Amino acid sequence: MIISLIRSVAAWCEDRTGLGALIGPILTHKVPKSATWWYVFGSATLMFFMLQVVTGICLATVYAPSASEGWNNLHYIDSSVPYGWLLRAIHGWSSNAMIVMMVLHMGQVFIHATYKFPRELTWIVGVVLCLLTFGLAFTGQVMRWDQDAYWGLGIGASIAERIPLIGSQVRALVLGGPIISGETLNRFFALHVFVLPGLMIGLVGWHLMLVLRHGISEMPRAGEPVVRSTYRADFEKRVHATGVPFWPDAAKRDLVFCGLALIALVVIAMWNGPIGPGGIPDPTIIDTNPRPDLPFLWIFGAVSLIPPSIEVFAFLIAPALLIVGLFAIPFFGNQGERAPSKRPIMILGVVLASTAVGVLTFQGATSPWSPVMDGWSALPTPTEYLAGRTPLERSGATVLQFAQCRNCHSLGGEGGLRGPPLDDVGGRLSYDQLIRQVQQGGGNMPAYGKNLSSAQTDAVVRFLSTLHPSNRPSAKTGG
Amino acid sequence: MINKSNPSDEQARCRGCECEGARRDFMLKAGIGIMGVGAIAAGLPILGFVIGPAASAEGLVWIDLGPTDQFPQGQTRFGEFVDPHAAPTDGLTTRTGCWIRCIALGSFQVFSVNCAHLGCPVRWFEQSKLFLCPCHGGAYYEDGSRASGPPPRGLFEFPWRVDNGRLHIQVGILPGLEDVKP
Ligand code: FES
Repeated sequence: MIISLIRSVAAWCEDRTGLGALIGPILTHKVPKSATWWYVFGSATLMFFMLQVVTGICLATVYAPSASEGWNNLHYIDSSVPYGWLLRAIHGWSSNAMIVMMVLHMGQVFIHATYKFPRELTWIVGVVLCLLTFGLAFTGQVMRWDQDAYWGLGIGASIAERIPLIGSQVRALVLGGPIISGETLNRFFALHVFVLPGLMIGLVGWHLMLVLRHGISEMPRAGEPVVRSTYRADFEKRVHATGVPFWPDAAKRDLVFCGLALIALVVIAMWNGPIGPGGIPDPTIIDTNPRPDLPFLWIFGAVSLIPPSIEVFAFLIAPALLIVGLFAIPFFGNQGERAPSKRPIMILGVVLASTAVGVLTFQGATSPWSPVMDGWSALPTPTEYLAGRTPLERSGATVLQFAQCRNCHSLGGEGGLRGPPLDDVGGRLSYDQLIRQVQQGGGNMPAYGKNLSSAQTDAVVRFLSTLHPSNRPSAKTGG
Repeated sequence: MINKSNPSDEQARCRGCECEGARRDFMLKAGIGIMGVGAIAAGLPILGFVIGPAASAEGLVWIDLGPTDQFPQGQTRFGEFVDPHAAPTDGLTTRTGCWIRCIALGSFQVFSVNCAHLGCPVRWFEQSKLFLCPCHGGAYYEDGSRASGPPPRGLFEFPWRVDNGRLHIQVGILPGLEDVKP
């Protein structure tokens, strides 16, 4: 009785809406049998994006997008709104998770050359989605409205300003005025919650439509090149003969992977808590160490390591080339082999690019180029470096601390990494060479000629000359 | 379809077609035109609103940093001011720092805290007489000139003047390579 009632209600709904007839074929369309675990990352990216939309809407019901309130408001969300801290944590970590899944998805598509005929546009839309995702991550970092957000905006503004001719206008457009102010936050808020997600939702729809239109690609096999004239018919024939329905055969893997990823994400979010906010955004607090969020650490690393002479190229031309290059990928080698074993140069490219990003991220996280701002006052001189030294040499050790040398140089493993460690400098440079280095600078070192008296310079160099491995004498002049 | 009907009918219908077609044509053209005018009327203010900040040249303003005798000769001190374009909703963000160097009596240099590389706040170290930047390790000498690291030039300086024994500087824009020439 009840069952039949439910059945007739369901039948009525289906008859009047036609939803089943609309979605059914999509859900059960045939996909290649070989599309297995490699293919789960796109679904996971989409899942995290949907999670971002839901948690984002929730947060928007409480967040105050105002330069005077934003920062305090986050503390209020964390401490007083039920589950506020957890939602902020999930929103923050899910952003990172979405980027990780997206990169894996792109990597898979690239390694398997899925972007070849006829799926060029799917790749291109995907590249736009990738850019939008990074845009959302950057604008999201601004929403925290802390010191990192403030100085991060300053960095963005400085880069925008290097655009020839219209630099200042672009910068004013980005900041919403001549300085970083309330308008800046509201601009980025509008981008973060309206513009970018709106574009994203539309393009995700298009991306999925294209996936349906051209079918999910098969795992590449060497010796089965893509040939434009025959690919479509062959693909359809194969999928028809050996394919499996997307639901449930392929979807079950997506479910398992996405479910695990979601559980992991919630655990990570609960374990780590919300990201930020950092220090209060008062620009007169200059005792700050601005750092970008995780997805941008590699850019931070690159910006720090490039020589100043190629800055304009690196800031403006290289990103443009990179983006154009990504768009152009499907048109180079549009046909031909898809198997990684037949495309060694492409695979080498992936390996090199991911190594570069990995190394730069690590460099960005450790930032050895940044002076340790309190190195001179916080780190003691190792006592064994003072034992048996003359009073003059010891006074040199004082000068070394006092003149902030350790902000950039380490002793006993502690101190800045911008300059070389000084533990054995006496074995490498002679007294005269040291004097010249201190007075005139060179390499990456400022000249201290005007900043230290000759007595101070003499003392510090005498101290440095005592720093050499016990089995090696101090370097002699000219040696 | 029409070859089964008789000629007079065909002619009559065709005349009607032409007339109706022309009218439809005119309506379409007029519609596009009217919509175009409407779109311009609505679009211009929207465009103006969005690009307003880039188009408006907000002027630089002289502000007062206080009596000159609070800046000892030969020293570099931190100064604070509120940007003249501040609005109430800006919160603390419009508070701005600067480094004030008194070279000799009545002679100053006022530096922006924003590193000439990418705008991070530089810190002054009295003992080594250097400004150091925490972001990418830029360093500057006491007079603001570049010492080492990635900055392409020395620190940005604000124009200054002494008025009635008080130090004034000209501010109003986040200093960057384009606006503040060396
Ligand atoms: S912002 Fe100062 S060195 Fe880059």
